[in-house]
Amino acid sequence: MHSDKTHSELAEKFNIDEPRVNWHDETLWWIRQKRDKAVWQLPEWESLREAASQIKHNVLAHLSEYLEAFERNAIANGITVHWAADAKEHNEIVYSLLQKHGITQMVKSKSMLTEECHLNDYLAEHGVEVIDTDLGERIVQLAKEPPSHIVLPCIHWKKEEIGELFHKYLGTPEGNADPQFLTHAARLHLREKFLTRKLALTGVNFAIAETGEFVVCTNEGNADMGAHLADVHIASMGIEKLIPKREHLGIFLRLLTRSATGQPITTYSSHFKQPRKGQEMHIVLVDNGRSVQLGREAFRNSLKCIRCGACMNTCPVYRRSGGHSYHTAVAGPIGSILAPNLDMKQYADLPFASTLCGSCSNVCPVKIDIHDQLYKWRQVLVQDGYTPKAKTLAMKAMATTLSKPGMYKSAGKVGRWMIRKVPGLVNNKLNPWYKQREMPEAPKQSFREWYAQNKKK
Amino acid sequence: MRVGLFVPCYVDQFYPQVAIATLQLLEKLGCEVVFPTRQTCCGQPMANSGYEHLTGDCNELFVDNFKEFDYIVCPSGSCTLHIKDHLHAQDEGGAQHIRKRIYELTEFITDVLKQPIKATFPHRVGMHQSCHGQRGLHISQMSELVAAPFSKPESLLQQVSGLELVTLDRKDECCGFGGTFCVFEEAVSVKMGKDRVSDHVKHGVEYITGADMSCLMHLEGILKRQNSPVRVKHIAEILNAE
Ligand code: SF4
Repeated sequence: MHSDKTHSELAEKFNIDEPRVNWHDETLWWIRQKRDKAVWQLPEWESLREAASQIKHNVLAHLSEYLEAFERNAIANGITVHWAADAKEHNEIVYSLLQKHGITQMVKSKSMLTEECHLNDYLAEHGVEVIDTDLGERIVQLAKEPPSHIVLPCIHWKKEEIGELFHKYLGTPEGNADPQFLTHAARLHLREKFLTRKLALTGVNFAIAETGEFVVCTNEGNADMGAHLADVHIASMGIEKLIPKREHLGIFLRLLTRSATGQPITTYSSHFKQPRKGQEMHIVLVDNGRSVQLGREAFRNSLKCIRCGACMNTCPVYRRSGGHSYHTAVAGPIGSILAPNLDMKQYADLPFASTLCGSCSNVCPVKIDIHDQLYKWRQVLVQDGYTPKAKTLAMKAMATTLSKPGMYKSAGKVGRWMIRKVPGLVNNKLNPWYKQREMPEAPKQSFREWYAQNKKK
Repeated sequence: MRVGLFVPCYVDQFYPQVAIATLQLLEKLGCEVVFPTRQTCCGQPMANSGYEHLTGDCNELFVDNFKEFDYIVCPSGSCTLHIKDHLHAQDEGGAQHIRKRIYELTEFITDVLKQPIKATFPHRVGMHQSCHGQRGLHISQMSELVAAPFSKPESLLQQVSGLELVTLDRKDECCGFGGTFCVFEEAVSVKMGKDRVSDHVKHGVEYITGADMSCLMHLEGILKRQNSPVRVKHIAEILNAE
C-alpha cells in the first residue's frame, strides 16, 4: 500500500471525523483491557515474556543453523521447501506452483507475509483469483482495501458498514447488521470456496526446527478448512518464525493470544507436519529484508515479533490514526521499526509517528525495545538525509542557541517579550501548536532572572 | 547536601513559578540548593527529533554546570531520563557522575530525602503520569506489567492535607505532547490531549497535576481553548503549597 502522503497527513484526515476516532480508540482500548485481564491471571506472566524473548534471542543468534535443521526435517517429513530472497521470488514460487497444477483459483488464510509481498495483486495480474478466508480479511478484500491491523484486519469497519458491504457483494438483506447473521452468511459464501479450490495458502505462526513441522493459529479454523480440502498446501513464512523445539511452543502459545485478544489460546492451533496421501505440501521461506535487519544490531530484536498486535492496541497514536495511516502492510509501532528497513525513503515518516511513550515495549510479549528502536531509527534517518531540510536548519539553530547561555538568555527574553506584545506573531494558523491549543502565557521574568534578583549570593 | 537545581529550558522561560516552588520545597526539606546560571537545556528536543549528534555542545555545557554537585535534581521526568540515558562528554567521569546522581524531583524526595511532606491543598486533583518518568525512570508502576502497583508522586500527594486524588479511567495513557511530535503530528497530538483532559474533567477535578510541565503545558493549552475552569499545576507547586 503505497502512499504519497505521510503518516501525519493521513492521520489528520482520519481525525476529521472525531466520533469515529473515539469509536476506533475505544474498540481497541477494550481489547487492551481484555489483554490486561487475561495476563493478570498468570502470576508468571513477566517470566514467560522473558523466556520467550530469550528463546527468540537464541534463534536469531543461530538462525542459519536452525533454518538448515528445519529444512532437513521438513524434507524428511515429505514437505517441499523453497527459499525466496525477496517478495518477488516468493510470489513467483507461488505462481509457478499454481501453473504446474493448472490452477487459477485458490483460497488463502491470514498471512501478513503475503500482504507484505503484495501477493494478491501479483496473482490478480496473472489471472489468478485469490479468496481470503479469514472473515476480517475477506471483508477488507471485498472492500478492496488492505488490512488495517495484523490481527484484526477490519477493526476500522463498523458492523452496519459490513452489513452494507455484504448486502452489495453477498446478497444479504439490506439493513441487516446482526454480527451472527452476517458471520453465517460469510460462512456459507466461504464454504463453497473451500469445497471447490484445489490450492490453499496459509501463513505460519511458528516453525519448529527440531521436528520440521509448523503451527498455524486461527480462531475460525479457516486455515484448516483450506488446507484439508486442497490438493496443494503452500505455507509462506518469514525466516524469523522459527523456534528451536516443540517444548518451546507452550511458552509462545500462552503468550500469543492473551496478548492479541485476551483469550487464553487461539481456538485452533494446528500442527502441520507432513502432507496427507496424494497431497502436496510446500513451505516457502522468505527473507525479504530480514537478513539485512538481522545485520543491523540496533534493530535485530524487531525480528523477535510474533505478530500479536498488542503494540497496536496499546498505542495511543495507532488508536487515533488508524492502521492505514502507516501506509505499510504491518502498521503501528512494530511496523514503524520494520518498514524503514525495507525502504528508508518511503517510510522515513513512521519512526516519528510516536511520542516514545514506551507502552508498546512493555506490552510486547517478546520484550522488543520498540520505542528505543524508534528513537534509534530517527537518528539513522536524519544522518542518512531522509528528513526535511527546514527541520535540519531549525534544529541546528536550536542547538547553537542552547549551547550558548548568553544567546539562550536573550533569545528567551525576546521570545517572551514578543509573545506578550505581539501575540499575533505566534497565535496564528501557521503555528501548528496554536491551531487547537492556546500558547502558554509569557511571564515578564524567567526563573533565572528571578534567581539573580532574589537568590544569587 | 549540595543539590544542583536543573531547570528545563521551557520551565525557566514559561513557568518560573514551578522552578521557584521546586527550589523552595528542596530548601524546606533541608537541602542546600544552587542554580548554576550558565545552564540551558538537556538537549532532548534535538535528540528526540533524530539530531542527537547536534547535542555535543549542550552536553559539554551541562557537565560543566553540574559535575560538582552531590545530587542534581530536576522537576521533569523527561529531561532527567534524557540525561540519564544520553549524557556523554569529553569529561566522561563528570558525565557518568551526573548520570548516576540526577534525580527527578519526586523520586529524590521519596528515595533520597525520605522526608514527610507538610503541605495543604484543599482541592480535587487528577494526576497525569507522564510516560518518561513512569516507564523510563519507573517512578510509578505501569499498567502494562503484571507487577505490584506503586507511585512515588502519588505517595507524596497523599500526604498533602485536604487534597483529594481522583482515580482516572485510563491511569497511564500518554497525553500526546511528545516533544516535536506536538507540532509535526498536530492532529493526533491534540486528540490525545483532549482525551486525557476529558478523563480528568469527567472525574470532576479542579486541577491536573504531574511531574512534567511539558505535558501539563500541552493539556493547559487545550483546557484554555475549551474555556475550561480546570487548571494545571506542577506537583512541586502543590507540595510547596501552604
Ligand atoms: S512487536 Fe511485540 S507486541 Fe507488537 S506485534 Fe510484535 S510481538 Fe506483538
